[in-house]
Amino acid sequence: MRHLLSTADLDRAAAIRVLDTAAQMAATQGRQIKKLPTLRGRTVVNLFFEDSTRTRISFETAAKRLSADVINFSAKGSSVSKGESLKDTALTLQAMGADAIVIRHQASGAPHTLAHAGWTEAAVVNAGDGMHQHPTQALLDAFTIRRHLTGGPGNPDGVGNDLAGLHVAVVGDVLHSRVARSNVDLLHTLGAKVTLVAPPTLLPVGVGPWPAAVSYRLDDVLAQGPDAVMMLRVQRERMSTAGGGFFPSPLEYTRLYGLDARRLATLPDHSIVLHPGPMNRGLEISADAADSPRAVIVEQVANGVAVRMAVLYLLLSGDGDTGAAPATGAVPAVTSTPAPATTTAGATA
Amino acid sequence: MTSGTPVPDDIAAATAATVVLGEQDVARALTRIAHEILERNKGGDDLVVLGIPTRGVPLAHRLAARLAAVEPGLVAEALVGSLDVTMYRDDLAQHPTRSIGATTVPGGGIDGKVVVLVDDVLYSGRTIRAALDALNDLGRPRAVQLAALVDRGHRELPIRADFVGKNLPTSTAERVRVLLAETDGRTEVVIESGADGGPR
Amino acid sequence: MTAQYLLKDVRPLGGEPTDVLVAGGLVAAIGPEAGDAAENAPDDLEVIDATGMVLLPGLVDLHTHLREPGREDAETIASGTRAAAAGGFTAVHAMANTTPTQDTAGVVEQVWRLGAQAGWTDVHPVGAVSVGLAGEHLAELGAMADSAARVRVFSDDGKCVHDPVLMRRALEYVKAFDGVVAQHAQEPRLTEGAQMHEGVVSAEIGLAGWPAVAEEAIIARDVLLAEHVGSRLHVCHLSTAGSVEIVRWAKSRGIDVTAEVTPHHLVLTDEEARGYDPVFKVNPPLRTQADVDAVREGLADGTIDIVATDHAPHTREDKDCEWAAAAFGMTGLETALSVVQQTMVDTGRMTWADVARVLSTNPARIGRVEGHGRPIAVGEPANLVLVDPEQRRVVEPERQATASANSPLRGRELPGRVVATFLRGRATVLDGVPQDDPADPRFAAGRVTP
Repeated sequence: MRHLLSTADLDRAAAIRVLDTAAQMAATQGRQIKKLPTLRGRTVVNLFFEDSTRTRISFETAAKRLSADVINFSAKGSSVSKGESLKDTALTLQAMGADAIVIRHQASGAPHTLAHAGWTEAAVVNAGDGMHQHPTQALLDAFTIRRHLTGGPGNPDGVGNDLAGLHVAVVGDVLHSRVARSNVDLLHTLGAKVTLVAPPTLLPVGVGPWPAAVSYRLDDVLAQGPDAVMMLRVQRERMSTAGGGFFPSPLEYTRLYGLDARRLATLPDHSIVLHPGPMNRGLEISADAADSPRAVIVEQVANGVAVRMAVLYLLLSGDGDTGAAPATGAVPAVTSTPAPATTTAGATA
Repeated sequence: MTSGTPVPDDIAAATAATVVLGEQDVARALTRIAHEILERNKGGDDLVVLGIPTRGVPLAHRLAARLAAVEPGLVAEALVGSLDVTMYRDDLAQHPTRSIGATTVPGGGIDGKVVVLVDDVLYSGRTIRAALDALNDLGRPRAVQLAALVDRGHRELPIRADFVGKNLPTSTAERVRVLLAETDGRTEVVIESGADGGPR
Repeated sequence: MTAQYLLKDVRPLGGEPTDVLVAGGLVAAIGPEAGDAAENAPDDLEVIDATGMVLLPGLVDLHTHLREPGREDAETIASGTRAAAAGGFTAVHAMANTTPTQDTAGVVEQVWRLGAQAGWTDVHPVGAVSVGLAGEHLAELGAMADSAARVRVFSDDGKCVHDPVLMRRALEYVKAFDGVVAQHAQEPRLTEGAQMHEGVVSAEIGLAGWPAVAEEAIIARDVLLAEHVGSRLHVCHLSTAGSVEIVRWAKSRGIDVTAEVTPHHLVLTDEEARGYDPVFKVNPPLRTQADVDAVREGLADGTIDIVATDHAPHTREDKDCEWAAAAFGMTGLETALSVVQQTMVDTGRMTWADVARVLSTNPARIGRVEGHGRPIAVGEPANLVLVDPEQRRVVEPERQATASANSPLRGRELPGRVVATFLRGRATVLDGVPQDDPADPRFAAGRVTP
């Protein structure tokens, strides 16, 4: 794996490999000593053109836990220094010896350009580009879903599993959401069934070929008993942009598409609720729903560090040969059942 | 030393391979090692047996079974675990990306315990160096001992095994493979002559 | 420079081989008489072996961006018309979105003069419809028409005349001097922030979409307006199947509308955007394969009257960046003829005579340009282009005559090569090479430094 730009680039084996590696990373994060020497001497640059303290801190933590050096570069791209800022910044980082660049940018395709323009040899991790993709978010969502819905007593993280047979509902502003796109690709690759729920104005015209069902009615989809419901953030500004509003009012949106306690109660007992954050409490998700025991939103954040550690490890630790799949050191089936053996990690909740 | 590469079943047949330990030899060696461990540590109190993936793990389980069979009061499942060292290796950048194995430690942890590391082949010693670093981040054992099924010499670090199944002087041109029923369908130790000495 | 050229065994409009003599700025003789007349001036004569080559009237581009005044870093009138000559053009219409805007007699005359001085092609400045292209007030169309530049084509290209009242007024006003309004059809509110065609690809790669209806709705409105006020209308760079149908319907009703398509819309689709390379970012955007098929059909059956390049040079900084920050536009003067040959002639949908019609005669007629797009006949002005259809070449943007390298056809092999271009009998291009004046220091080593 040379770059992580889009979950569409991950096949089933690659996706499971990332999730399994994340499980091992998660195990280390429950210990007292959370730091590993694995990426010592490597330099990871966080290149954030869009504000995002949470994601940036998550990547920074992940890199530091692997003993990599971290440089934070906050460059809010302006249209005045358009374009030049990306190229010249990349050249500067290359000169500084960046091994990996984690980039968040408001322009879709900027990570792709960074990875392919020949400005830098670093591995590129897409931390969110415009409306296009946010692959590590989808990976941590899948990791969370897998753990909760496929984990068992001997294998609490569901290591080695995909998400076949699970039904995931993704609800909200699909049109503008890179989280939605990444999740549709990855969940489908892992064998889950995806239903997108949104008002018609918030679905892209080209959604037809996507590997997902589409519905305008949240209650109908909830009645199907999805195993996981992922609520997407809706921007209030989209409500009314001088006649071009995607929705008449926040109230109507919440009434039709918000997840509240009543809707939550209609879900099967095992169903979980996810949200990429930050939440608009009261808009797309009520406080009751957000704080309910089914909501795994806080856990998603913790899992984000493990997933990002896994991604950095897989991109940076090898000899850079992008060829075959990594050597599988599968733990063999043991003749006796491993007993109350727990990782010293305990639960990474 | 092995962590990583699964052995194709026909490897032993394809290259010029000599079987140096058969199934019975391995069994006897493990039994002897189990007794040595108990003798050295004056019983099984505070023992934790951690196998290093891949093949160190089934070996550790076999050892634990023997320890429990011989020493009263010991329960095999409560003794045994695995210690993955991938993230502590010093040679990650020289190979394709490795998968990370599982680290599972018995419920009592390792603080104050006698940890017996179990691996199939002891060669350069680097794997064990990584294992010591990994253990260090897990806790503080009272003592760390090493049981290796095969010691083939050519140490690059000051590391030695406390319990050895068989000492096998080899040349670096040779490759030592341990096959176990749990992972490879049969149990034996073979030496292959060839240009590449294999992973160290 | 020799004053006379004998083109031996050339095929005018792709017809039967014959000899053509160019002398005194005219087509002096055709056929056996050409060889006879040539014998009278052996010293002055250059013989060109044109076996297998096609002779067309010099191409006329109704839609070019020469960038001067204002963006001479991307192209100048000299470098742009030199590139046009290399592409076989003898006349180009320079669009008005310069700085200052071509919205007064003074600016259009300046552009016209600079073009004449450069001497590569005739330059016909396009006048802006509205002052500053702001879409609010009519520019002094009459003054521009009466100026030395004799402007007949008016366009706010780059922007749409979206105000229906302003469009109506403009359509009416230009009737006074046989002018035509060339509309860049793009409903601005439907395309706010748009980056590429709105469809399956845009949804997947996350770029804001540009719906086809934003183009079609304006065209539909404008043809009805033109019908209502009895004026003629020209539609710039038509790009969708729906637009073709609307124009077809309008013509069937007798509405005086003409339409153009660019070479890039004949050959490229929105799939090119997947790599986020801004060289494929253009306005109107690349559309789907179905749209490409429809515009080819429209060009073949005459619904679309002309091919116009919409040559839009951009500096490297404006394209060497992420998609959203990049400028819109592609170069095209030097590849237009080859693209038309590849998509329409080599596939049997058009003849070379049709090519002359869509790349020369019709544009000249729409722009009311005299002397260009004429039949190849004795006595006609010798505005000609000699093409070798059999040669193939790989597009290398850095080696093109245009000062900018934003060609979307980089690395593609295209058929056909312009061997010679004649502007009123003077060779601007010979043997495929622009005939620079050796005394002009700008043309050192055959490259123009703007």
